[in-house]
Amino acid sequence: RDFNERCAQCSEVNWGLTDGGRFYCRSCHNVTEKITEVENTDFTSNIRIQTVSKGLRKQEKTDGGCEWYVCEGFQFVLRKQAEALEALGVCPQMKDEVLWNFWRCYLQKTKQAYCDRPAGETVRPLSVCDSSTDVDSDPERLSLLYSSLSESEGDLQTDCSFVSSTSKVSESTSVRSRSGSVDGSLYLMKNPKEKLRMTMPMTLSFCYMALLWVRETMTLSELLRFVFEGHIPYLNVFQHFPEKMKLRGPDIKIFCVESWPSYEEVFNKMHELAAFLDLPRFPDITDSCFLHPDMLCMKYLMEANLPDEMHNWTCRVVKKTCIGEVDFLTLVPGNKSTRKVKYDVLAAAVIVVVLKLLFLLDDKYEWLLSDFAQERNKNNKEDGPYFELKKWYKVLKCTLDVEQKKLDERRAKYLWRCEKPLFYSAKKKSKVLKRRQIVVNLQNQFGRLSGSVQPAEKPNPSSFQLSWSEENTDGSCFHGHSLKGILQEKRGLLTAVNPRYWLCTLKLCNEKLCGHLAHYGEADFPQSYHFVLRLFSFLLRIEPSYIHDEVCMIEHKLFNKKLRKKTKYKTGPRK
Amino acid sequence: ESKFNFKKCKELCLSFIQDAMLQKQWKRAAEFLTFYVESLEKDFSREPVGASEIIWRIGSEILRHHPDSSVKEFNTFIEPMKTLSVKRYLKVCLEHAFYLLHNGLIDEAYQNLSLAESWRFGEQTVIQDKELKLIQAYMGLLDYYKWSKQKNILLEDGQEGFEDLSVEQEMHSCFRKAAVNLKEIIKIPGIWDQFVKCYVDMLEFYGDHNEARQVLNEYAYNPKFPANPNAHVYLYQFLKRHGESKKSLISVLKILHDIVPSHELMIDFNTMLQKSKKRKRRRLGLEVIFTALDYAGCKENVKAWSCLARQVKQIVISEKHLAWIKQEWNSRKDWWPAFHFSHYLAKKNWQENESLSYEKALVAGILLGRDCKYFKYVSHKGCKAQVKRFRKLKKFVNKHNPVHLRIS
Repeated sequence: RDFNERCAQCSEVNWGLTDGGRFYCRSCHNVTEKITEVENTDFTSNIRIQTVSKGLRKQEKTDGGCEWYVCEGFQFVLRKQAEALEALGVCPQMKDEVLWNFWRCYLQKTKQAYCDRPAGETVRPLSVCDSSTDVDSDPERLSLLYSSLSESEGDLQTDCSFVSSTSKVSESTSVRSRSGSVDGSLYLMKNPKEKLRMTMPMTLSFCYMALLWVRETMTLSELLRFVFEGHIPYLNVFQHFPEKMKLRGPDIKIFCVESWPSYEEVFNKMHELAAFLDLPRFPDITDSCFLHPDMLCMKYLMEANLPDEMHNWTCRVVKKTCIGEVDFLTLVPGNKSTRKVKYDVLAAAVIVVVLKLLFLLDDKYEWLLSDFAQERNKNNKEDGPYFELKKWYKVLKCTLDVEQKKLDERRAKYLWRCEKPLFYSAKKKSKVLKRRQIVVNLQNQFGRLSGSVQPAEKPNPSSFQLSWSEENTDGSCFHGHSLKGILQEKRGLLTAVNPRYWLCTLKLCNEKLCGHLAHYGEADFPQSYHFVLRLFSFLLRIEPSYIHDEVCMIEHKLFNKKLRKKTKYKTGPRK
Repeated sequence: ESKFNFKKCKELCLSFIQDAMLQKQWKRAAEFLTFYVESLEKDFSREPVGASEIIWRIGSEILRHHPDSSVKEFNTFIEPMKTLSVKRYLKVCLEHAFYLLHNGLIDEAYQNLSLAESWRFGEQTVIQDKELKLIQAYMGLLDYYKWSKQKNILLEDGQEGFEDLSVEQEMHSCFRKAAVNLKEIIKIPGIWDQFVKCYVDMLEFYGDHNEARQVLNEYAYNPKFPANPNAHVYLYQFLKRHGESKKSLISVLKILHDIVPSHELMIDFNTMLQKSKKRKRRRLGLEVIFTALDYAGCKENVKAWSCLARQVKQIVISEKHLAWIKQEWNSRKDWWPAFHFSHYLAKKNWQENESLSYEKALVAGILLGRDCKYFKYVSHKGCKAQVKRFRKLKKFVNKHNPVHLRIS
């Protein structure tokens, strides 16, 4: 706090503290050798700080557990996730510095640690979970409170089955802690809107935020895909909690997820978080960054098996719409006027726009154009083969159907439960364990009857879901194909043969009001357009409507001026 | 993706299981079931069909058809299914017993039923009363089966001059047990054909004809019971066995005629009625046999046609009551020719069954005249083949040719 020197690297005065008590520059992460000499008495006065950073434990409870706080649990989760990311190749800096600093900042802001006053100081002395009573009034009350919480916590109505259905409301009004953690029940009772309460989906928001800060080569959709594939712990992380950290009652609701976080959810929370933590402008996303649309377009073009030549076109669109500008792409937390950028969806949308520019995609023209290219291909002896949309479509449709089917099967076979049993109270323990045993027996019995089926193996973490090799002699790789078949020379420039374009929407909706920029209905648009959306929807694992939104946004940037001048363009979606 | 949660995931899994089962891919169904079973750890008790019931039914079905399955596998599977839901306990037990019976394991089935019968669970026992009665009923049935076996042993031994007291005692004890349960179940309105038959069989053996008659009457005539032709058949057969009067037999069969006019017993009924001295009964007989032949089931029934032919012949010869034939023929003259007496059928019947064609030809000749397709073809063929009766037939029909004009 008293350290006012300028940073050696970036000349800023923006210091934070590392775990080891060293100062580091928040702007450029330059760590100094200077160690904090002044012991800030504020820090030591809070017992909780000690427990978090030095691991002191109070006396052990009767069930072999110890006292632990919910934020410690989340800290553990984050640590595991960060380690997994590091194992995937993310730079260690992300884990060691960036993520931890974000977390510490969060703890500070929510007054859970690193500050003068611990949160919830109105808490009465919490008693240890006792099993003497047989009526669980608290879970029921909690469940009533819970119904006002966000969906991401899982459907509480069904969670009620955890709770005894015959519970009556007891007269006692004191909050008895039935959770393994010290503040579990209290945690859930807090108003979720204030102070951005920590949830499991938010751990992913933290991760993404850190990845974005260090400008890692991982988009949000990739991150979520890795989580789904199991490379990054999320679903049953709690099973790796230390033995002593027992989960009971409300803790289960906090740490056990019953639904999958959506892209939107993680994305929006991340921005909320960034604003909440008062973070400064994030490091610039320049055109040499992976997240820049030029780079991402290249990646997606490859994955979608489209000709490399299309990259020229995507760059042109990016330039024309100015979405490659540093100021457009870089995140400034708290700035409500700029639209938040979904880098992956944006890049995919650019490609869709390029496809529309080149092929129109009205279910008629693109096939005629493809035949045209085929004709030209017959006479084409010197250049490489011309790109024919029909051939590409056949290959991609086939692949997409197969992959989609595989994905559906993987989803159907998704296992949510883990070895570590969860129970609300000691009372329920035997029932839960008995059920688990039945489930395991059934799995064994029918597993044997499944025949010689290999157990579903985790796919190796890969940045590319679809890969195409030019060495394949069957001609199923289109990277090297030339667009000349559908281009023509005009005044020395190569332009598209296709002179027309249709807009997805004439007017953009107010995103804040209805959540979308435009509304996508499969029946309202050409099949080819739908196919292209489907393709990227599969690659990014998001709904086609989100890509559609970005396409509308880009088209708006491209054509809005001209539209207002009211020149002739073929507009309107096909009914 | 945003809606990807536990519930949706399991629904997806279930649809894969169902697809596999519909295509009889049992291994694949088993494979997906392994991923579905963890639903038990989160039973959505708000849904009408909970995970435990789904798993029980699907698992049972897979185990019934899977090539690597066995009775042992099934038994291992079914035990936890019983305890998973108290509300379903007896039902699962009952279905388990069926499975064992299906595989010929009668003693095991009996043990299972017996165990289930002794189950008590407070309120549930009252709620699951129906299942309990069914369990008792099936135990009764199995007791009958045992009784029957003992009876056969006894009869065989009796023939050879042996006497086995223990077998006899066991037999009687089986009877007592069976009687109690069977009597109970047939009190409840429903279709209990097998149970009634067995019960009556035992009663007859012990000579309790009154009880037997009462049971059968109840079964056939109690309005609370659903209409059941078999009930009347059983009653008829019983009455016949015991030499009851024609009157009572006829009244039973009359009801059967009303319910199932195409029943094969109608032929016997007609035979009985034809012989009667009472005009009304003979008239009824004609109606009965005509009605029976309205149905495709009797189309190729030689006996039925011979009954009709005999009665028609008799009426024609006596020259009395031609009006009866006229009445019956009135509603049939438009469609019987195509239905029974087409040229195609003439050829077919002649080729396949000479007797059938003979009887039919007689009826056709009388009803439609000697120039009708059927008669012409068959009699021509018959005479050509020099079968004696056909020549007689030709003469007869020729003689009575004007009849068809009078009755049309």
